[in-house]
Amino acid sequence: MTKLKGWFRALLRFPSAVMGLAIIAFLLGVSAYALITIPYSEAVRLWRGGEDVWYKNPKYAAPSWYNFFTSKKLPLSFVVDTADGSMSKIVTSNDPNISTVDMTYSFDYTYDGFPDEMILYFTPTIVQKFPFVSVSWLTPDGRKIRIADMAVGGNSTFRFSQDPKLGTRLNTDKVMQALFADPKADPKATTPTPLKGTYQLVISGTTFDKGSDIAAQFVFQGKLFGLAGTDKYRRDLMLPLLYGTPIALAFGLLAALGTSLVTMIIAAIGTWYGGWVDELIQRITEVNLVLPFLAILIMVGQFYSRSIWLMLGVAILLSIFSGSIKTYRSIFLQSKESSYIEAARAYGASSSRIIFSYLIPRMVPLLIPALVTSVPSFVFLEASLAVLGLGDPVLPTWGKVINDAWADGALYQGRYYWVLEPAVLLMITGFGFALLGFALDRIFNPRLRDI
Amino acid sequence: MATETLDTPAPETPLVKKKFSNSTFMRLVRYTALRLVTLAITVTVAVYLTILIANMGGYVDTIMRNEARDNITQSIASNPAYRNLAPAVREKLLQEKIAAEVERLGLNQPFAVRSFRYLTNALTLNLGRSIRMTSNAGSKEVRLILLERLPATLLLSGTSELFLFFASVFIALSLSRKYGSWLDKLTIALSPTSAAPPWFYGIFFILIFAAIFRVLPFGGLVDSPPPVNKVAYGLNVLKHLILPGMSVIVSSIFLSIYNWRTFFLIYSTEDYVEMAKAKGLPPRDVERRYILRPTLPTIITNFALLVITLWTGFTITETVFGWPGLGITLYHAIGYYDTPVIVGSTIIYAYLLALTVFLLDFVYALVDPRVKVGSGNSQ
Repeated sequence: MTKLKGWFRALLRFPSAVMGLAIIAFLLGVSAYALITIPYSEAVRLWRGGEDVWYKNPKYAAPSWYNFFTSKKLPLSFVVDTADGSMSKIVTSNDPNISTVDMTYSFDYTYDGFPDEMILYFTPTIVQKFPFVSVSWLTPDGRKIRIADMAVGGNSTFRFSQDPKLGTRLNTDKVMQALFADPKADPKATTPTPLKGTYQLVISGTTFDKGSDIAAQFVFQGKLFGLAGTDKYRRDLMLPLLYGTPIALAFGLLAALGTSLVTMIIAAIGTWYGGWVDELIQRITEVNLVLPFLAILIMVGQFYSRSIWLMLGVAILLSIFSGSIKTYRSIFLQSKESSYIEAARAYGASSSRIIFSYLIPRMVPLLIPALVTSVPSFVFLEASLAVLGLGDPVLPTWGKVINDAWADGALYQGRYYWVLEPAVLLMITGFGFALLGFALDRIFNPRLRDI
Repeated sequence: MATETLDTPAPETPLVKKKFSNSTFMRLVRYTALRLVTLAITVTVAVYLTILIANMGGYVDTIMRNEARDNITQSIASNPAYRNLAPAVREKLLQEKIAAEVERLGLNQPFAVRSFRYLTNALTLNLGRSIRMTSNAGSKEVRLILLERLPATLLLSGTSELFLFFASVFIALSLSRKYGSWLDKLTIALSPTSAAPPWFYGIFFILIFAAIFRVLPFGGLVDSPPPVNKVAYGLNVLKHLILPGMSVIVSSIFLSIYNWRTFFLIYSTEDYVEMAKAKGLPPRDVERRYILRPTLPTIITNFALLVITLWTGFTITETVFGWPGLGITLYHAIGYYDTPVIVGSTIIYAYLLALTVFLLDFVYALVDPRVKVGSGNSQ
């Protein structure tokens, strides 16, 4: 215990180790948050659910912090609803049966671009007759544009730019530009400029029965969405970024731990028994050196299953007989001859006792840095497999996001956020473990201490 | 020291000297032959393992059976001679032909027997025919598809690995001389960057140099249409090589420099190096003859391990850069579900790895005095 404390104190003397520890702590925090707030089944549903889960999000929306980096500010997406009071709703009634429902929402629009789409979702409570709504649009310069008048016979959706009547009335096929453009702007300009100011959406509804009601939801799909943006399928990228963290950490840590522990045990057994056991282990190592690691993983992914846990198992199996077995072997060969092992042998300790209680514990100082430094390579391995299209089919992971972005030509199209977000997270993870591993190496490897 | 005797032969009688060099040569040959035999066995085992993995789920058999069935159904349906047969007769004929084809392919033999036939086929690079992919020349032979892509991979891996090797060894040497300088500290600080694989840097390089500054191409081997002039063609390929090559180099160079610098530093505290310094030898001589020369075998072993891990990395690097090598073929084969190509690539990769190991072993034998003199049994 005191030894552990001493190591920890030595570790804190390295600024890089402190940084690495901070990064790992942050990642663990994010993982815990992701796992607590989004249960596994919910994560899979949100990621693989289909259009009906993501329909309210804009397509290819950049994250909201994108506006910090551009002089042209792009509109942010939002959703308001009468159900939760974010859109005002006033019901007035002079007649026992007929009542008017006024729903309005005003918002400041100070952006330099036009939104993608605006959608209204109506949820009526129908008793006998269908409620009726008329929608109008008030611009900052006082114009009032009639949008639509319709009877709401069941849950219905009104998409502003896909309504042919509205298009004809505005005499354009670009409804969003017509609604937001400044009519006094330079007519010769090739692209219209949006009029900044307070816009108001007014929905006046009428119900014709007692107990009949209308609720409305206004979905404004801008060019930016949330803290992470969305992809081609309108999925919120926040989900894979958050949920990818525990997956990446679990994969990296389990693979690193499994590989280094098993490698060490096998090296210890080989050296202890010597003879044909040792010879066999060495031959297997040589064969394994020639086995193409990634190609075998690809074959397994293609022919058996793409489950991340199978991949993890195969990755561990293929990494056990690696070059490090030789390093461990040479060290075990030395400690095998030391006097304390001889003493153990003299009092009749069993082979397994010597291996597991005397040989291996001595190697822990060497094991820990090797373990920590090998974590990033496994984290990146998971991402690499996903980039090759062999990622787990249901799990939202960072590599999957890069793969989707790559398949969609995100860099050619200028959608840098889509690639950069998961890439930066991968880099941070890699860096955190690498920094810590380097510091640990210097603490535990006495030969490096002065260099 | 062995190196000393080799560099400056002691005044011996010519006869003895000749005998010495002769036996050195013989030892080299014996060592190389031994390594070749070991590697051949290793490759055979590795390829057999590959076949086992590919076949364990019976996938390859199913695919081959289905392919045979499809081909025969097609040929019977399109043959006018069978058109007037009654359906029952035709069905019987079909079953018979399929059975004959299965027999011909040997699919009814037990797997243990078949696997050895697959092994001989694989070892002789008789990799079968692809399902959907074709080579540029239009052939469906997996071997031709893969061999056609080999030069591009070798170009990329060869240039980047050679550059990596020489650059990192020489930078490491000069850093170990300037131990503690800010350049040295910078390298140490940058060494964690090697945690990321080449394709990862590739994404950033594409973003910076292709997408934002538009100075280098996004990917590919040459422009489309390719330049007619041979020199222009070569230069164009070089231009396309910069980004993928740079990704490979950047992803491992800092760690290699760091490792080798540490290694040299440890070595330069050895007594005989101190003695050489004390004798007043110029630093260059000390480095070359007292540090670099004895550590060369270790450097080469480490480099071999690095090259082997890099081979794996090229699959994705090529995919990211659209570099028409083996890696991207494997990637496309995954997309097309083209089993023969996937298995074939794995086997070719195994061969390439073995070849790398052999080449580096050979270089190792050339530089390791223990092999030449024959003392000790080097691994």
